Amino acid sequence: MIERHESVVVTTFARLVIPLTHLFALYVLVHGHESPGGGFQAGVILAAGYILMALAFGREQLDRHVNERLCLALASGGVLLYVGTGVPGIVTGSAFLDYSALPLPLSPARARWLGILLVETGVTAAVAGTLIVLFVRLADRDPDA
Amino acid sequence: MHRQLAILPVLVPLVAALIQPILALASPAAAWPIAVAAAAVTTVLATIALAAVLTGGTIRYPLGGWEPPWGIEVVLDPLSGFTVMVLAAVATASLLAGGPQARAYGAREPIYYALALIVLTGLIGMVVSGDLFNVFVFLELSSIASYALVGSGGGRALAAAFRYVILGTMGASFYLLGVGFLYAVTGTLNMADLAARVPDVSGSSLYLGGVVLIAIGLALKMGLFPLHWWLPDVYTYAPSPVASLLAPIATKAAAYMVARILLYVLRPVEAVGLPVGTILAWAGGLSILFGGILAIRQTDARRLLAYSSVGQVGYIGVGLGLANDAALVGAYLHILNHALLKAALFIAVGATALHVGFRTGGLGRGMPVTATVAVVAGLSAVGVPPAGGFFSKWYLLQGTLEARQPLLTVVILLGSLLAVAYMYRLTETVWRGQSAVPRVTPEAQPAVLISLVVLAFAIVAAGVGNTAIVSHVLTAAVPSAR
Repeated sequence: MIERHESVVVTTFARLVIPLTHLFALYVLVHGHESPGGGFQAGVILAAGYILMALAFGREQLDRHVNERLCLALASGGVLLYVGTGVPGIVTGSAFLDYSALPLPLSPARARWLGILLVETGVTAAVAGTLIVLFVRLADRDPDA
Repeated sequence: MHRQLAILPVLVPLVAALIQPILALASPAAAWPIAVAAAAVTTVLATIALAAVLTGGTIRYPLGGWEPPWGIEVVLDPLSGFTVMVLAAVATASLLAGGPQARAYGAREPIYYALALIVLTGLIGMVVSGDLFNVFVFLELSSIASYALVGSGGGRALAAAFRYVILGTMGASFYLLGVGFLYAVTGTLNMADLAARVPDVSGSSLYLGGVVLIAIGLALKMGLFPLHWWLPDVYTYAPSPVASLLAPIATKAAAYMVARILLYVLRPVEAVGLPVGTILAWAGGLSILFGGILAIRQTDARRLLAYSSVGQVGYIGVGLGLANDAALVGAYLHILNHALLKAALFIAVGATALHVGFRTGGLGRGMPVTATVAVVAGLSAVGVPPAGGFFSKWYLLQGTLEARQPLLTVVILLGSLLAVAYMYRLTETVWRGQSAVPRVTPEAQPAVLISLVVLAFAIVAAGVGNTAIVSHVLTAAVPSAR
């Protein structure tokens, strides 16, 4: 079990950095179209914020925010969002994953642009959820077992 | 709308798998019904899709609307439609029968069903994919989920799963390397596009290397002798519902890929003096003998069935290797027959013996229905009419005669004799033998019985209706028909 890190420097710094990390994850996600970034990177950064929380404030603090079952649901919900973004293509008779078929009052190119953002959001959720579960599982492992 | 039928059998199990962890937050009890319903819906959709393909011709479905060879396409033709239907139908029966035993997973039960449905998604995705690299993606998707499923048994299952990971990853790497070679020499990954370019490059050593690597990788995944070493431990130690899900369908999807890639995409391979077909046929022949002989010697019922799988997959190898019309029909028919009979046997043994090893015989004396179904499935493995196994072996025998391979004819007949021996031993000891311990298992749960009885009827129906299956579906699937 990871304990709270009893150092003013670490806790103060973490308190400052964790919200910024999460904000940066959002930035990397929505800017993935125009600059380096995207869903996977955003998910990793988002999970890194939570992992820093566990390292600085202890495992219990992380549990107050997320738990394993929620993270698993988040991960599969993310992939579901990805799949769901492709489904309008089937309904309109175009093709699965054809984002221009999204029911939006936009040009096909703009609809694809938005479709990719939705897909990337799904990837973010999937990656963040998976990484947090991996971390929690490894952290909770009994070292003597 | 009928075009969309090509993608739906992949999407339904995928979505059902993804709902499982979310649903687990609200009502974990819904996991089993949803998984079975999803597999059943997939079976229905696959059947409709197959009917649509047989009347309306092959469906080529570009994902995202991007036309191949730039985009990725999904292709449903008579052979892939038939295979998808078999996979989905057998998975439905296995998931239904696995329910009562999967309760042992407790809180992890929804995750078990999520993984099982991802295995199904991956196998179906592999079969319908029209793109070599996408096949690899789906192959790994199903394999990684299978590793986790096998390992979920703990103890010896973990060791088996570890070996499975190492060998499975090697198989997939061989396949990927082969695909890389082919891409280097042709510049395309789309199967149809590749098939058109193959005649220009068939002399190149990169191409030959690619063919060999792909054949080795897929033969390993298929469990063909001498690349079957991962298989017996996996099917012996995997938790019982996992074994009855994986054993019937996982090797069949790999067998389908061997047929698809070696026969349809890389056809002119024999012309340049690379005897891939002959080697495949003989690897199949040796699988039949080796699997059968080792199956007789086993003292654990599930290990016996695992070695029997090595033997039965050998029949498919013989058919695909000889590759004349009769042999191919026999191989395709055996994909169906072996999937049905192995599902029935693994479910029956799983419901009876678990891990008591069958030296302590007679455990199934209180289970008349389970025993009867096991005998029906055993007769199909031996090849007694009207069970389906007879007809696939009949076509295979015709194939060996047409190909003037009398030794393989003898091997197939010998294989049936070996099957008589091990099936007799299995059914005698588990369900009829004298009980060494004063414990007799009560008849299996209703869900297991329903699944077993349906499978038994399907085994007989596949035999009685074999003319219809062959003339309507499979003759459209052999290359000479095109």
